[in-house]
Order: sequence, then C-alpha cells, then structure tokens
Amino acid sequence: MSTKGSKTSGVGRAGITRRDILKGSAAALGAAAGSGVIGAPVIWAQNIKDVTLNQVGPSYSVIADIAQKASADLGFKIVAQTAETTALMAKTVSQPETIDIADYEFWGLQKAWRSGKLQPIDVTKVKEWSKMTPLMRDGKSFDGKDMSRQGTLPFKVLYTESADSKEFAKGATNFATVMPTIFNADTLGLRADLIKRPVDSWAELFNPEFKGKTALVNIPSIGIMDAAMALEARGDLKYADKGNMTREEIDKTIEALTALKKAGQFRAFWSTFDESVNLMAAGEVVIQSMWSPAVTAVKSRGIDCVYQGMKQGYRGWGLGMGLMRHLEGLKLEAAYEYLNWYVSGWQGAFIARQGYYSSVPETAKANLTPNEVGYWYDGKPASEEIKDPYGAVMDKAGNSRDGGSFEQRMGNIACWNTVMDEDRYMIQRWNDFVSS
Amino acid sequence: MSGRSSGSSSPVAPYLQVAPLAIVMIAMVGIPLATVVLLSFWESDGISIYPAFTLANYREVLTSPVTLSLFLKTLQYAAITLVCTALIGFTCSYFLVFHVRDLKWQIGLFLLCTIPFWTSNIIRMVSWIPFLGREGLFNGFLVQMGLTSAPLDVLLYSDFAVILTYVHLYTLFMIVPVFNSMAKIDPNLVEAARDAGARPWQILCYVIIPLTKTGLALGTIFVVTLVMGDFFVVRVMSGGQSASVVSAMKNEIDQLYYPQASAMAVLLIMVVLLMVSAVLRIVDIRSELAR
Repeated sequence: MSTKGSKTSGVGRAGITRRDILKGSAAALGAAAGSGVIGAPVIWAQNIKDVTLNQVGPSYSVIADIAQKASADLGFKIVAQTAETTALMAKTVSQPETIDIADYEFWGLQKAWRSGKLQPIDVTKVKEWSKMTPLMRDGKSFDGKDMSRQGTLPFKVLYTESADSKEFAKGATNFATVMPTIFNADTLGLRADLIKRPVDSWAELFNPEFKGKTALVNIPSIGIMDAAMALEARGDLKYADKGNMTREEIDKTIEALTALKKAGQFRAFWSTFDESVNLMAAGEVVIQSMWSPAVTAVKSRGIDCVYQGMKQGYRGWGLGMGLMRHLEGLKLEAAYEYLNWYVSGWQGAFIARQGYYSSVPETAKANLTPNEVGYWYDGKPASEEIKDPYGAVMDKAGNSRDGGSFEQRMGNIACWNTVMDEDRYMIQRWNDFVSS
Repeated sequence: MSGRSSGSSSPVAPYLQVAPLAIVMIAMVGIPLATVVLLSFWESDGISIYPAFTLANYREVLTSPVTLSLFLKTLQYAAITLVCTALIGFTCSYFLVFHVRDLKWQIGLFLLCTIPFWTSNIIRMVSWIPFLGREGLFNGFLVQMGLTSAPLDVLLYSDFAVILTYVHLYTLFMIVPVFNSMAKIDPNLVEAARDAGARPWQILCYVIIPLTKTGLALGTIFVVTLVMGDFFVVRVMSGGQSASVVSAMKNEIDQLYYPQASAMAVLLIMVVLLMVSAVLRIVDIRSELAR
C-alpha cells in the first residue's frame, strides 16, 4: 500500500514539475522571443540527457576517466575515443560526422583548420576564458614578452576572423579555433644512473660518447625539430626558424642526420609511447627524445630516468578542443557546457598529475593539494609522496620536479611542435634518412 | 530431364555459379584497388584531396632516389627471407616425408610445426625483443659464457633482427605447400631411381626437387608477397632504423599525403605482380595442382 501511495504521489509530483517547466519555458520563450537562446536551455534540460558527444583525440588528452567524470557531472554522455593526431586529421577530413569534439594538437590544427570541418568557438561562451594563461590566450610569456614564434606557437593558430573563415587571424578575436586545454614543455629523457655526469645541452644527443645509445622520435615533424635543436646546440647548423625550415636547411639537416646514422649514433627511432619507455627501461638507449609521461613510466619501474631541461630551452606543444562544424542546437549547447566543465578544475588537476599544465592553471591548482601544487607547478620539493592520477606513487617526499617550476619550464620554450611549409619535401627527405 | 538441367538450355547457370565469388572479389578487391589507382592521379595539399588528373605523384615517386633504395631494401629482405625459408621449409618437409615413415608421427610432427602459430604474429615478433636486447637473455648468456666481452648490438634493431623475425613468422607458409607436394611423390619413383643406380644427391636433384617445384613456387609467392607488404616488422625489429616500401607509405599516409602513397602502392602492386607472374611462368602451378 505504502509503495503504491508513494508511486502515485511521485507521478503527481513529476506531472506538476513538468507542467511547471513547460509553462515557465513558454513564458521564457515569449519573453525572449527575439534573443531566443535564453529560454532554450530550460526546454533542452528535458532531453539533454539523451545527448551523446564523441570526443576524439590523442591518448594523452582524451582519457576515459575524464570523460566518465564529466558524464557524471553534466548528466549527458561523453564518449572518449583515442586517435593520434595524424589519424584524427584523416578522420576529420573523411568522416567528420563520427566526431563531435576533436582534441587537436596545435600543429595538427594548422593543417586541419583549412578543411573547414570545424567551427570556431565563441569565446564569450567560455566562462573561464579571461582566466586562461596568457601563454595560450595571448602568446605572451610570464614577463609579458612575446613567446618564441619558431614553429606553431598556439597563438598563431588560435583565432579566426569569422564564423566561416578557413584562415587564422593575426590577433585575438572572439572566434577561437579551439579552446586550449593542456600543454607542456618537452625535452630529452636520459638515464642518470648510466650517464653519471651532468648533462645540460641538446648537443649531448649527438655526442659520440653515447654512440649507439641514442634514439629519436620517428614522427618526422617532431623528430626533425629535436635533431635541429641538437645540431644547432653543437654549432653545426644555424636556422632562421627551426619551425619552418627552408629546403636548403632541411637538406643540410638530413645530411647531418644521415652521417650520424651511418656512424652508428642511433640505436632506434621510436614511433609509439611504449617503444620509448622500453628502449629506456631496457638500457638500449641512455638519451633520447621522450614525452613526459614516458619518463614517469620509466621512473615508476624504479629506474633513475630524468627529463632533463637543457640550456637551449624546451620544445613546446599544446592541445585544444575543437567543435565540429556539424554540431548545432542542443548538441552544440551541450558541447559548450562540456568545454566549460573541462577548464573548471577537475580535469586540470587530473592532467597535472601526469606532468601536463592546464590552460586555466588557477582552477587546476584549486583542485590540487598544496603539496601537489608545490611539486607540479612551483618546482618545490614534495612534502609527501607524489601520486599519479591513478594513485600509484611516482616520486618520494623531498624530490622535486625535473626542470623546476611552471615559469622556468614554460618560460624557456625555444620552439613549438609544428608542420612546415615544406612539409611534403621534409617527409620525403625523412624517409630518405630512415632508409639510408 | 537431367539433360535439361545440366546442358544446353541454361546458359545463365555458369554465370550464376561464378557470381558469388565474383561479387565478393569485385567488392573487396576490385573497388578498393580501383580507388587506389584513381587516387594516385589526384592532387592533394596535405589536408584535402582534389579530383584532378596529374602525373605529378608518379613523377615524384619515380624520380626520387628514395624509391629505388626502398625497393632494393625491400627486395633484399624478400630475397634473403625466401632463401632461408626455402632451405628450412624444404629440409623440414624432406625429413617429415622421407624419414618419418609412420603417418601418425608425420601428422603429429607436422602439427608441432604449427604450434607457434597458435599465438598472434605480434606476440611472436615482440617476444624476440627481450631475448635479443642489449640486456637480453641471449646477450646475457654470451657474456656469461665469456664468448663476447660486451653485449652484441647487432642482434636487435638491425637487419638481422628483421630477417630473423620474417623467417620465424613465414617459414610455415613454405613448409605447408612443400610438404604437400612432397607427400604426393610416389615412393616407387625414389626406389626406381635408386635401383637405376642414382646416388642420394642425384635422387634429390633430379627426382625430388623437380617434383616439389609447385610447392616451392606456392611458398615463394606466399613469402614474397608477405614480406613485400609488411611494414610493422621492419619498423619494430629495426627499431625504425630501416624502411620498407610500405613503411615509407605509412609515413605519407600519416601526414595525409594519400595520392603520393597511392602512387607508391600502385608501383608496389606492379612489382609484386611481375614477380608472381615470373614465378607462374617458371612453374605451371595449375597443371601441377591438378596432378
């Protein structure tokens, strides 16, 4: 009896609420007849639960745990699907309808934006846009000066002039190509236990002392940048812009690399995250191109691997979330809600524990413990154990992060991951080098 | 009545009989292949592909010195792998057919050859890495036995590692057809040869090898096409230090240069077709199979 009673009353309540909402929304619609959007979320709140957004991007950005938390917080479904940037570009061009939100690395965006398959983001709809770090939003460093423009500085590809433009704007506008999410400074990883001496220059990558014990990443556009950093540090070559080499510069770089390869400098060229981890952990190489989480993975096996900042600076990279052109109506509103959730702090804290920075550091820091903020952002020694996002211990109390604070690391970017104008020629020459 | 169904009145029948295979082949092979050929004449700017007719992709592929070195490298892999698999495949089959006379044992040992194939290709390949590595089992053994003072680098991330893996992965594709054609050899022929005074090597050269030709030819086709079309083994086992035709293609595909990759693919198909037709010219597989 009691259950029956509560059921009926439940139905009654639901009926009233629904009616109320309908009335309310009708009134709102009437009131906001012209400006439309204002009343809309009230009606849409009814069926926003049915919305599913497919987010596609690289594994270090599109993470199932984040999508799950977002789905729980927002009430609609985010489906996470990983695809490396190259695969994502292909998908964007050939099957845009299978993606709703694309996580683009800025260098990938430089290519993909021209396809017109993405729509710009109205920055006025992103609440935290004003709190976003100037590194991303304005292309300015901590001291207010311009950041290095070698390569794809995020600012160069962050804005567009209008809703349909396929070009990038010179300065900031209200139309953003993507909403910046995470970024970091990359450098070389090395085995401190095997090298046993201080290393502070990119030139060490090509030092004959490490013959047969070095590796480069086999992603042509990034591998050639690491090589250029090292060649320039050795004084062999001087580039006007490492991020946009001329044919002649590409030729010289490839020639130098081929000579090094023939002399047996390289142990391998790795293509995937796990390859780089295994090369380092198995002692096949002692110094190589590496991503930050790969260093963490080697470290967590109890091996003394260091992500060594070099005096010539870091190679920066970053990612942003883009909205696909086909999103509209309810789905588009949901996508904006997701964007806003994304920079509200939980995700920023999650990726901070992987060693990445959030585009809105303020909210990310608010979701970290003071010990974590000290370790990840301020470069201070940890006051207690540091754990990765999944709870595994990755550094002991008393240790501090390689490379120091956020300002020291990001303030010292020498170039950015990029696609060159001579991209096609470069890939041809890279194939030449690998097959030599 | 029976004459009607099998004879003159239904000229459509053979077409109907051929239709299922034809449809599958056209859908699964014909259309994709035509697309690749078509694409190889189109233009691309690294993000979009424009329908056009240009020979630029072929010009680029054919004039680039990389293409030649890639093909030579791939052919070199194919040739060495072929020789190794043929020697191993022939020896194994010979042993199984002529030394193991008991059928049960023959089948049992033959199945033994297939055991490694119960796991995936990738696992079998990757398992070589901890074995051959600088701090791997084999190097550890060599150093401990005092056979070398320092670990041998050439064992892993080298051409040696690539070919070793190919031989390991593809030998069965040689054993099966060779075993099959060898098992068909009438033992009386060998006996007759011996009665006629032939020496063991003469029996091998003039009786067994000619009669095993079909198997060797089939095995060659399998092994060569598998090696020519591979990019994963080369990439992983050479540690990215060597490239094959397909791995170079993969680099281009990754950067969305589909037309260039298609032109390369068409070239590869032509080379492989030439090789297969050369094999078929030497050995008439159809008539031998019908034997």
